[in-house]
Amino acid sequence: MPDITSLHTSLVARVLEGEGRASVEIRHAAFNNEGLAEPIGKFVEKVAHNARMVTDTDIGTLRKAGLSEDQIYEIVVCAAIGQATRQYQNALAALTAATGTH
Amino acid sequence: MFALIRVFSGHPVVDAVKLALYRPSFYRAGGLTQEAMRGPSQWSVADRELMAAFVSKVNETEFCIAAHTATSAIAYNDGAKVSATLTDLETAPVTEPLRATLRMLGKLTRESKVDADDMRKVLAAGASEQQIKDALAVAFAFNVTDRLADVFGFAVDDPAAINAGAKYLLARGYR
Repeated sequence: MPDITSLHTSLVARVLEGEGRASVEIRHAAFNNEGLAEPIGKFVEKVAHNARMVTDTDIGTLRKAGLSEDQIYEIVVCAAIGQATRQYQNALAALTAATGTH
Repeated sequence: MFALIRVFSGHPVVDAVKLALYRPSFYRAGGLTQEAMRGPSQWSVADRELMAAFVSKVNETEFCIAAHTATSAIAYNDGAKVSATLTDLETAPVTEPLRATLRMLGKLTRESKVDADDMRKVLAAGASEQQIKDALAVAFAFNVTDRLADVFGFAVDDPAAINAGAKYLLARGYR
């Protein structure tokens, strides 16, 4: 049976702590969707909750703020994995509550 | 999904997509997606591709809806079943465990949370605890991929290219 637990753990560790152009602090904040200065904060919120509405203008705003494409790319990846992780863990907890197992 | 873009050649891509292609050392989720979509499971490959299409439908991610609708349709050898499920889950010709699982994945994707009652309903419909875990792995993979596809503006290709991509995913998987 598929067990993505270890694959998930290593994916999260790689994007948050591995080699990257954005600081580890910004990557963690993007993953957690909290504690980010503007304009990154609003951008990460949009990636997490309304990704289809992200436009080139949003990306342009980040570039004007001094972020490189590499850094923007990493922030997007961290934000996407962070939101999907919160959903995943919430659902696993609900399943545990429903079955009484661990 | 990034491998798929290579198959769907001939379309201009934004630089960020090129980064996705050329920086696998940073974002390398193929192994996880492969395990979720092709690892041993009580769900068939077709079922899991349908889950991917369904989650993408809720996220309104056109590229992934097209790609996984086609992949699921080929895997089931039943395009009408996939189309009916994406149009109206409640009347679609799918098994009750799958229907209840898709309903739960839809709520999770839309609202980012589900509760124990939601899970009890899926279990009562006949899905096993392991099947629910397997379905949540699919949902995780596509709740990441859909966001990347949306932000990086993956282009939706013509039907022939989408079909070629679907066949590639069934033959080669996600690595």
